[in-house]
Amino acid sequence: MARWTKRRTKALGVKTGFSVYYMLFIVFIYGPMIAMFILSFQGRRGGTSFPMRGFSFYWWNRLLEPSTVGDLQGALGRSLILALVVMVITAVFSTMLAMAFRKRFVGAGVLFYTVMAGLMVPGVLLSLGLATLLRQIGLPPAWWYSGLGVHVVWTLPFGFLVMMAVFNRFDASLEEAARDMGASEWTVFKEVTLPLILPGIVAAGLFGFTLSYDEFARTTLLAGELNTLPLDINAQMTQRIRPTLFALGTASTILSIMMIGLFLVVYTALYRRSH
Amino acid sequence: MNEAPQTAAPMQHRGLIGDQPLPPPDAVAAVRKIRRESGFPVGWLIAPAALWLILFLVLPLIGIVVFSFWKSQTGGMVPAFSFEHYAAFFSVDGFFDATSRNFLTPGVFARTLWTTFRFTLTVMFFCLVIGYPVAFFLSMQVKAFKWQLALFLLAMVPFWTSYLIRAVAWLPMLGRRGLLNKALMGLGIIDKPTSFLLYSEFGYTMALVQLYVVLCVGPIFFSLAKIDRAIIEAARDMGANSWQVFREIIGPLSLPGVAIGMIFIFVMIMGEFATAVVVYGGKTSTTGTVILNYYAIANYPFAAVNAIMLMVAMMIGVVIILRIVDIRKEL
Repeated sequence: MARWTKRRTKALGVKTGFSVYYMLFIVFIYGPMIAMFILSFQGRRGGTSFPMRGFSFYWWNRLLEPSTVGDLQGALGRSLILALVVMVITAVFSTMLAMAFRKRFVGAGVLFYTVMAGLMVPGVLLSLGLATLLRQIGLPPAWWYSGLGVHVVWTLPFGFLVMMAVFNRFDASLEEAARDMGASEWTVFKEVTLPLILPGIVAAGLFGFTLSYDEFARTTLLAGELNTLPLDINAQMTQRIRPTLFALGTASTILSIMMIGLFLVVYTALYRRSH
Repeated sequence: MNEAPQTAAPMQHRGLIGDQPLPPPDAVAAVRKIRRESGFPVGWLIAPAALWLILFLVLPLIGIVVFSFWKSQTGGMVPAFSFEHYAAFFSVDGFFDATSRNFLTPGVFARTLWTTFRFTLTVMFFCLVIGYPVAFFLSMQVKAFKWQLALFLLAMVPFWTSYLIRAVAWLPMLGRRGLLNKALMGLGIIDKPTSFLLYSEFGYTMALVQLYVVLCVGPIFFSLAKIDRAIIEAARDMGANSWQVFREIIGPLSLPGVAIGMIFIFVMIMGEFATAVVVYGGKTSTTGTVILNYYAIANYPFAAVNAIMLMVAMMIGVVIILRIVDIRKEL
């Protein structure tokens, strides 16, 4: 009995130790972001580090002025449009691919590794390759086609893996039952398959949206004349760094987190309904 | 399926719940045929994505290989089959203006790649050491599923936010008047601000670890969560202590997750260039920054050579990791 209690106390001690470690880890990964958040309310005369010299919305207000930080609103709009389009394409492509991979077909291996290569090839390489290629052709790159192209290459593997996992646990007999009752392929998909895989499609879309919205390396050489938001942030860093940048970073992070929250809510609702 | 009546083909096999009739072979074949022919045609399902990947992934990569042999020329490049840029990668004699002190060091680009590689290894090591216990805690010690999910998501949220912004967030931390200096002084570890934090190898490494550590927490967590708890219990019942359980069971079984996380981080940091500029002030070059710099001065073939070398180094690294851990059977 005594030995058992001893073992229990020890386990409790280990667990406490790990909990403290976990909290330190959270401080480590969120700390800088929180410092940035606080510093974005820096007083008008304050600089980019502590101490705070007063508290103001001065730097946040400067975000709204068009002249100070270039074409910020435009960049934000473009990033959002791009992210939404990438989201839709990622969701559709990864669903289609995963459905194809339920069967065996010639070239499946090659296709699988090509999709995965999108994950492995560094952004700077893809940027360079496509930019030089377009240059040779004489086609100027622009965010809405060359940017879009490489963004989908990057987000597709994530969505694809999500959908593969979804179809791995999928009960095909439901579809077969519908087919036996004479449903056409489209009806089967619409009435049986889609409702069951919808949470997965939403998750694939989340990867598409957030990864595209934040993507920097792949857009570097491919956005053309008009910047996306990460490119704009990067351009600001080459100038003198001001707390405006922190306000911008905070705003963008809040937007990302809100999107994640929204997706989680939608996902849970759909998941509950499909089960 | 309708042609398979229950009475036909009395082949038996011993099931768990008793003997069950095996379906006749022609019925099995019929079901397989139905499965193969039902559903949308594969060709249509894969065509759009395949076309997209060819346009935006395969062609650019082929382009890099082809262009690396071309000759560069003012304002562009011309088709050729020359190894001059490959030679320049390993030795830059006469490649640059000899009076330029910064560039005329033999093999500077090969050395940059080596530095990038070394940095990556350091960061990978710290990510593993810091991230593994987090994944371990989440999968092994948090018992309630709700808490596990919540704490896991909390640790993973940064993955879905911009790493560029998270790199920017390091600026107020590092630096002579940064938070870390203040904290160190407050704790009495140092008595005057040190400058070893911002624009230094130390600060750069720390920022990279913070930016990328979440990438290995996820895969390690998933492979730890898959471990059958009964095995651990059995080992404990046989008298194994915690360290033995870890060394004999948990450690080996979590290796696939470790490998996937490490490949992820390896690939990301080898191609990294933005953090180097933000928190290292562009004082160092990574192969990524070299590529962009040569693109900027319109020496595309040389940028392509650097890109290929980066790719080769990455493939070697990934192959080494896969040699150590076979992840294929886990997927």
